[in-house]
Amino acid sequence: MSGRLTWRDHLGTIGARTGFARETYLVNPGLYCLGKPDQDAPVLVTGNYKLTFDTVRASLAGQNLWLLVVDTRGINVWCAAGKGTFSTEEVAFQVVRSRLAEVVSHRRLILPQLSANGVAARKLKPLCGFTAHFGPIEARDIAAFLQCGTVSEEMRSISFTLAERAVLIPVEVCALRRSLLVILACFFIFSGISPELFSISAAIDRGKDLLLASLVAIAAGAVATPLLLPWLPFRQFWLKGALLGALAATLFVTFNHGMGGGDLLALFLWIVGLSSYLAMNFTGCTPFTSLSGVEKELRRGLPFQITTATLAMVIWLIAPFTALDDRLLLFLLN
Amino acid sequence: MKQFRYLEEASILELSIDKCIGCGNCVEVCPHRVFGLDGNTVTLLDRGACMECGACALNCPTAALYVNPDDGCGCAAYIINSWIARFRGKPSSSCGC
Repeated sequence: MSGRLTWRDHLGTIGARTGFARETYLVNPGLYCLGKPDQDAPVLVTGNYKLTFDTVRASLAGQNLWLLVVDTRGINVWCAAGKGTFSTEEVAFQVVRSRLAEVVSHRRLILPQLSANGVAARKLKPLCGFTAHFGPIEARDIAAFLQCGTVSEEMRSISFTLAERAVLIPVEVCALRRSLLVILACFFIFSGISPELFSISAAIDRGKDLLLASLVAIAAGAVATPLLLPWLPFRQFWLKGALLGALAATLFVTFNHGMGGGDLLALFLWIVGLSSYLAMNFTGCTPFTSLSGVEKELRRGLPFQITTATLAMVIWLIAPFTALDDRLLLFLLN
Repeated sequence: MKQFRYLEEASILELSIDKCIGCGNCVEVCPHRVFGLDGNTVTLLDRGACMECGACALNCPTAALYVNPDDGCGCAAYIINSWIARFRGKPSSSCGC
């Protein structure tokens, strides 16, 4: 195994990061060697998501060491540990299966710190004869850790920089493509219902407006909210998303003031609700939201989002009929 | 990480100080640096930063730490999916991460 990534690895990274080839992006579990490790070389443990595997080997290019890849079903280290696949038993199983004790003379494993929610390090010795130590969180810090033997406070602390947030956006947006097709079909039907029963031209014309409003909501809730996360007021994500959604919706209304009042009100509510929902979904991508906290905000956010979306759809459906009423009224008055 | 704060009172994290032997495992594994060593026992330096990952409790040799044991993570999609699954009486599907 090499520490150098090829164009195929980079292409695979794009596939995984956009969600087009993420579920099956994995390597075979087992023992790998990087460079020319001898029997005294350190043994690092990691998961079998190919993106994880590539990150580890690329950040250790030029080193000589053993890499024990455990079966996490192609999931990253932290989530796999949380789900129980990166577990004490799995690490012990791979140590035994790869006959690591016959390959190295020492009895020491280095685990990623973020596997600690799945692996009880002290239980590994009785299971497989190896003692385990937690290395740093990030693969890029492993080289420094191997050199000095200690992990600094900063290396033990999780980060969530602008770049780390930005790289998560494509997979979230691309994950919407399936639901977007369903929604598109509903939009077409919803928008065509009119006083003359069903109008194809209205379906296309108003459906287009509804789609545009949805794209604005995606930009606000699934792109701008993650990027601006630390600078947005409120701690609950549904509020952050609703706020940015309201700003985006105001802009949308300003640029489309030619549309009817009912339509504009419906689209305003739709953008706010959808943006709030998408922002709330970003909680799962962050490294700092607790289960109890997200449950708490779901109980507030979901009713808000369901209400705004329902109101938006009701107003959207009755708007063509009220416009007819306006015309009738004018006709009668004249 | 002090840049990001979430709902600080929501997290379930309890330390039974009488059981603590001061081994420092929790100090080592916590990604939010919630713990500190004070002589031979651990103190909660920043309880509000806890995200309930459970690493400390799992690596505590004397079960001195208790963290929200519910399955799952702080992910809205995951929780909604598990609610839907419970409503339909089916096993929970994951969130894809």
